[in-house]
Amino acid sequence: MKKPYQSLEVNITNNMKKVIHRKLSKNILGLGLIILLVFTASLSAQEGDPAKGKSLFNANCAACHQLDKKMTGPALRNVEARLADEQGLDRAWIYDWVHNSSGLIKSGDAYANKVYNEYAGAAMTAFPQLSEKDIDDILAYTAEVKKEAPTAVAAAGTGAEAGATTGGVSNELVLAALAVLFALLAVGLVLVNKTLRRFAEAQGVELPEETKRMPLWKAFVKNQFLMLVSAIFLLLAGAYFIYGYLMQVGIDQGYQPVQPIHFSHKIHAGDNGIDCKYCHSSARVSKTSGIPSVNVCMNCHKSIYEYNGETSAEYTKEFYDDQIKKLYAAAGWDDANQKYTGDSQPVKWVRIHNLPDFVYFNHSQHVSVAGVECQTCHGPVETMEVMYQHAPLTMGWCIDCHRTTNVKVEDNAYYEKIHEELSKKYGVEKLTAAQMGGLECGKCHY
Amino acid sequence: MSSNKKYWKSVEELNGNSSIVETLKQNEFVSEIPTDEFLGDKNTLESSSTTRRDFLKYVGFSTAAASLAACEGPVVKSIPYVVQPEEIIPGVANYYATTIADGFDFASVLVKTREGRPIKIENNTLAATNGGANARVNASVLGLYDSLRVQGPKKDGNAISWGDFDADTTKKLNELKAANKKIVLLTQTFASPSTDKLIASFKETYGNVQHVVYDAVSESAALDAFQAKYGKRALAGYDFSKAMTIVSVGADFLGDWQGGGFDSGYAKNKVPNHGKMSRHIQFESNMSLTGANADKRVPLTPSQQKVALAKLYSYVVGGAVGGELPAHIDEAVQKAAAQLKKAGSNGVVVTGIQDVNAQTVVLEINEFLASKAFDAKVAIKTRQGNAKEVANLVADMKACKVAAIIMAGVNPLYTLPNAADFAEGLKKTELSVTFSMKEDETASETQYIAATPHYLESWGDVEIKDGHYALMQPTIRPLFDTRQFQEALLIWTSNSVAYNDYIKEVWNANILNGASFNQALHDGQFVTTTVIIETTVEASTENTEVEKPSNAAASALAASAKGSGLELALYTKVGMGDGQQANNPWLQEFPDPITRTSWDNYLTVSKADAEALGLMNKHVANGALNGSYAKVTVNGTSLVVPVLIQPGQAKGSVGLSFGYGKTKGIKEEMQTGVNAYTLYHNFSNVQNVTVEAAAGEHEFACVQLHNTLMGRGDIVKDTTLEIFNTKDKKYWNAIPVVSLNHEETPVTSPEVDLWDEFDRSIGHHFNLSIDLNACTGCGACVIACHAENNVPVVGKTEVRRSRDMHWLRIDRYYSSEESFAGDDEKKDNISGLGSSLSEFGEMEHASENPQVAFQPVMCQHCNHAPCETVCPVAATSHGRQGQNHMAYNRCVGTRYCANNCPYKVRRFNWFLYNGNDEFDYHMNDDLGRMVLNPDVVVRSRGVMEKCSMCIQMTQKTILDAKRDGRVIKDGEFQTACSAACSSGAMTFGDINDKESKVAKLKEDNRMYHLLEHVGTKPNVMYQTKVRNTTEA
Repeated sequence: MKKPYQSLEVNITNNMKKVIHRKLSKNILGLGLIILLVFTASLSAQEGDPAKGKSLFNANCAACHQLDKKMTGPALRNVEARLADEQGLDRAWIYDWVHNSSGLIKSGDAYANKVYNEYAGAAMTAFPQLSEKDIDDILAYTAEVKKEAPTAVAAAGTGAEAGATTGGVSNELVLAALAVLFALLAVGLVLVNKTLRRFAEAQGVELPEETKRMPLWKAFVKNQFLMLVSAIFLLLAGAYFIYGYLMQVGIDQGYQPVQPIHFSHKIHAGDNGIDCKYCHSSARVSKTSGIPSVNVCMNCHKSIYEYNGETSAEYTKEFYDDQIKKLYAAAGWDDANQKYTGDSQPVKWVRIHNLPDFVYFNHSQHVSVAGVECQTCHGPVETMEVMYQHAPLTMGWCIDCHRTTNVKVEDNAYYEKIHEELSKKYGVEKLTAAQMGGLECGKCHY
Repeated sequence: MSSNKKYWKSVEELNGNSSIVETLKQNEFVSEIPTDEFLGDKNTLESSSTTRRDFLKYVGFSTAAASLAACEGPVVKSIPYVVQPEEIIPGVANYYATTIADGFDFASVLVKTREGRPIKIENNTLAATNGGANARVNASVLGLYDSLRVQGPKKDGNAISWGDFDADTTKKLNELKAANKKIVLLTQTFASPSTDKLIASFKETYGNVQHVVYDAVSESAALDAFQAKYGKRALAGYDFSKAMTIVSVGADFLGDWQGGGFDSGYAKNKVPNHGKMSRHIQFESNMSLTGANADKRVPLTPSQQKVALAKLYSYVVGGAVGGELPAHIDEAVQKAAAQLKKAGSNGVVVTGIQDVNAQTVVLEINEFLASKAFDAKVAIKTRQGNAKEVANLVADMKACKVAAIIMAGVNPLYTLPNAADFAEGLKKTELSVTFSMKEDETASETQYIAATPHYLESWGDVEIKDGHYALMQPTIRPLFDTRQFQEALLIWTSNSVAYNDYIKEVWNANILNGASFNQALHDGQFVTTTVIIETTVEASTENTEVEKPSNAAASALAASAKGSGLELALYTKVGMGDGQQANNPWLQEFPDPITRTSWDNYLTVSKADAEALGLMNKHVANGALNGSYAKVTVNGTSLVVPVLIQPGQAKGSVGLSFGYGKTKGIKEEMQTGVNAYTLYHNFSNVQNVTVEAAAGEHEFACVQLHNTLMGRGDIVKDTTLEIFNTKDKKYWNAIPVVSLNHEETPVTSPEVDLWDEFDRSIGHHFNLSIDLNACTGCGACVIACHAENNVPVVGKTEVRRSRDMHWLRIDRYYSSEESFAGDDEKKDNISGLGSSLSEFGEMEHASENPQVAFQPVMCQHCNHAPCETVCPVAATSHGRQGQNHMAYNRCVGTRYCANNCPYKVRRFNWFLYNGNDEFDYHMNDDLGRMVLNPDVVVRSRGVMEKCSMCIQMTQKTILDAKRDGRVIKDGEFQTACSAACSSGAMTFGDINDKESKVAKLKEDNRMYHLLEHVGTKPNVMYQTKVRNTTEA
């Protein structure tokens, strides 16, 4: 539910995110983008183009710096003004620092050494490729005035939600009105009937006597044939439903447990388009897909400390930010001081896809060898706010797929000979997994 | 038709006026039912608000609730790492090269770990010269997860911290140093360059220190002889792959003789190659694994062995020796000598007689022959114990001369014959420390127990042979609060270096000669080409008392041979060794290759002696074996031991194995057998003994009760080298024929087959070839299979009921005549009822000195499998790759398949063997279950199981190849058994790959299938056993 005026911007952000994502291994740009959206109008008085500066900043600096938050490096908002006020350093110093910070440190510059020591002896990467004009642009960007951006989005979200609620109420009102109408009609009919009868009585019209007939149910009970037929029918129907019930015991399709951390696949795989196997990397080589360890999360979340995407009444920004805090607690990450405390806690996720122990399933066979998309079995994960089991994971389901899916033999020397011979034998162009032996008991049960 | 029959209900009715009959007519129960017991207490009944109806309601409700709840799946938690180690990918195994060096077994091994847990030991093919993994080494991984391990340091039985331990012991040691009192280090053989150096620096620090090396099963005589001759305390190296004539006098070199590990070299020449193979003559008293594999075996008592060896010396080298031998033995010795002389440098002699003269004689014969197999330069370092020093130590301790004793890797209170003396001496010491994994007999008597890690959690280095080094590295973080002996030495010598860094220093300085340490660590071994001059002082050579051989060793040897009455030959079993791993259920359940008996040790007695002494074995109603007890007395020490009658046991000798009868640090189930160390006087494995029958009957858990082949030579095909070389295959390996239209047709031809052949020519088709010539019966494959496939341990009583679960068994057959060929002949000549009744009866009994054959049998994976056709639920079916699949989840347990299997290889889960207190083995605790292979299902009660031909391994090989997009090379496919087989008897592979080794073996002339006439078309094949019976 987006406000119409916002949708365009959201599209832009999405597109831009994707472009940048391709360039950067770390996805850390959410905040900057939102800020850009909101501040497009506020131009700085200084020379330099803040728009250009922003993209340069995101491409080169954002891995270690943010505007308002100390990260690997210091917060950079109004850095030039601050340096000038506090240290009396001019822009030339900044050029030197950016082009060759370690050189500056070696030359014995006091402030350079101070910063170097403050950040535990980690020198800033040199950026000789940035021209002075580029640095001007970046500085122009950092000099922009901060504005509260996310509230607007949040407010928009709430407004949209309110609209929806109104719609719901009106529907119910219409229904209630209809119900009242029908009730009135029914009462009216009864009254008319009564009145007519009274008229008839008053005018002496003979109403034909209703013959007392045997009640329908009694007739039914007396008819043994009908009883037998319906008993058989009921038994069969009962058996059908009981069978259906029993056959779904242990099948947890749609199982959607509450997880200790509300991890949204929609945000990660959907909105941000992160590849499944970036986090579930062992799916490529192992039988298990692997639940990512917390250090994998921290690859990105070291710099993504807040959520700035779409929100709803249920899932507010605060809610998502809380989840990131939970992650920090698990990883033992002290966000304020940007360091690990060493006090970590493994996350006890609730396992969703539970195959019985007697089934051997290997992810790498399907993912790496066969090239099956994760979504084929796991469903539209990129749209799942809360992860659930998409497939029934029954043997019939496995086998159906094996019967219909062709073996991916291209560029695989292993398959060359066997595929050629077998396809000749079966007289087909392409072999299915079943023809390759994918239905044999021992391939999955040992 | 009314009946006037009278039905009698009891005898009492005959008695017309019996009161009982009358009472019973009135009242069904003679005595009153004690209703008062539960209805008498009126108060409680009235105060209870629960009526009978309520009770039924509750029962009904709870049943319904329970069954509803059962439909709900449990919530499963998945807990990933916080920081995942780079090298660990869940679901993918890592392999580490390390080394076992527990003082008895030394071998370079590969350890398979899953998610950081070691789960299996495999052979390290890079370090083949360091010996293959035997059954015990394969089983050693389970020792890591032993629930009875000491979990931290203890003082007087109470847990303390390592800090306190260090403070206390260092203080005490310094006090003793100040008083110049004697400190003794009593250790196992470490053969470790870094440990030697550490001990040297410990000696330097504390002054009056003596280091005594103690091997529980002593090779002291051989060490003394070698030291006297070559000036180095070591054992001569032997490479049997260079010997064509092997004469062994009492040396069980396929077992644990001089550290073991000779089997792979031996097996190489046992396979006929261009018409040639080695000839092996064995003189021995107990039937050993080596004797069972010999081409010619001569049973003789230990004292006769001495004379025989002396005579062999005189026949080969010259010089006259005294002593008398029975004529047939003397003849055999002469023939052996002639054969040795003929072989010249291709011959080799070995002996297991624990006598310096005997060992010297052997060294001299081998030098005389210039034997290629004999190598005094690359000497074996894995036994360094000194029996004299140990004996002196006990005396010193009793005389209060030892103030402190620090023990590592030894358990003298269990392994010493004079344990009581040692215990007395131990009480007189001021400080006693045991480095031990268990609270065993010794550890529980010392002041301090320093809990040590398992070798899979330890660092270490070993010099197995001169110039052949091996490294030990941890494969898991220590499970408990433990510390290595070497780390403690570092602390006591105030050295702050970590032990692994210390090893690295020592290696870089002395061993590697510039080579990379990391490479050596990766390979697990390092071989130097240049001989390094020993810089470290040999721990046990200084002020050592070494027995010197006499100048005329052979005559002295012959003179020393005086046997009177019965002689007891103590030996070690393949499964138990010196008894360190007695708490290992895999090894307890491992059937001994010779006797096929598990969960016991026993007195092996020849049939003649048994009859004379009134001892017997018999089969009881449930099909199990029972034996009498015998009282065995040596020098006043008596033991009551069960008796097992052993074909091939030399008359006048009895045998008893070490390693059993432990009482501390071991689960009750595993406290089996008797402690033979109590008879091990003077560290001599031969003792004069008196044996008398004792009361009672012992219940054995023996898995093979029929010992002979009854002339069915097609089960184990067996021929001689002469026939093999000169006659046609039809003569010695004929395919059975059946009559088709009155014509003899081979059973392999399609016309006589009941079934249509399925086309298996596409894709892989797995076959396993077992060479009966190379198979020594060592049983490493049995344990490897156990570990790989989560095979449960069922315990002694279940084994007695023939419910053992081994997927792979090694059948052992004895001939009932002199040879198996003789059996066949005898059977063929039986005619008429009388003859068949008597002679078949005779054939059930093994000969006095039988030929022996080993035959590993697992599921034969028949292409026309009888089990598959009878399964009512299609739980067992065939795959295109030749494997017979078993879907456990489909099995309903009718056991039809097992009944229809001609090979009897299917195993039924009569009980739930995991998490069941009735089967309190490793699968009953969380620690022990860590050894389970996560790729193989743990079977539940009521399902059939059997060898899967390690389908999890073949599938993994295929998947790896698919992922890499490559063709699979020969040798990549392995099963657990074929990978564990260091003698090369088992070859596994794809016969559709025509270039593969197994495809060639399938076409070999020696190839046959087990019970071929049944027409099951198995995918397991055997290679006919050929014996070199050619006398010189």
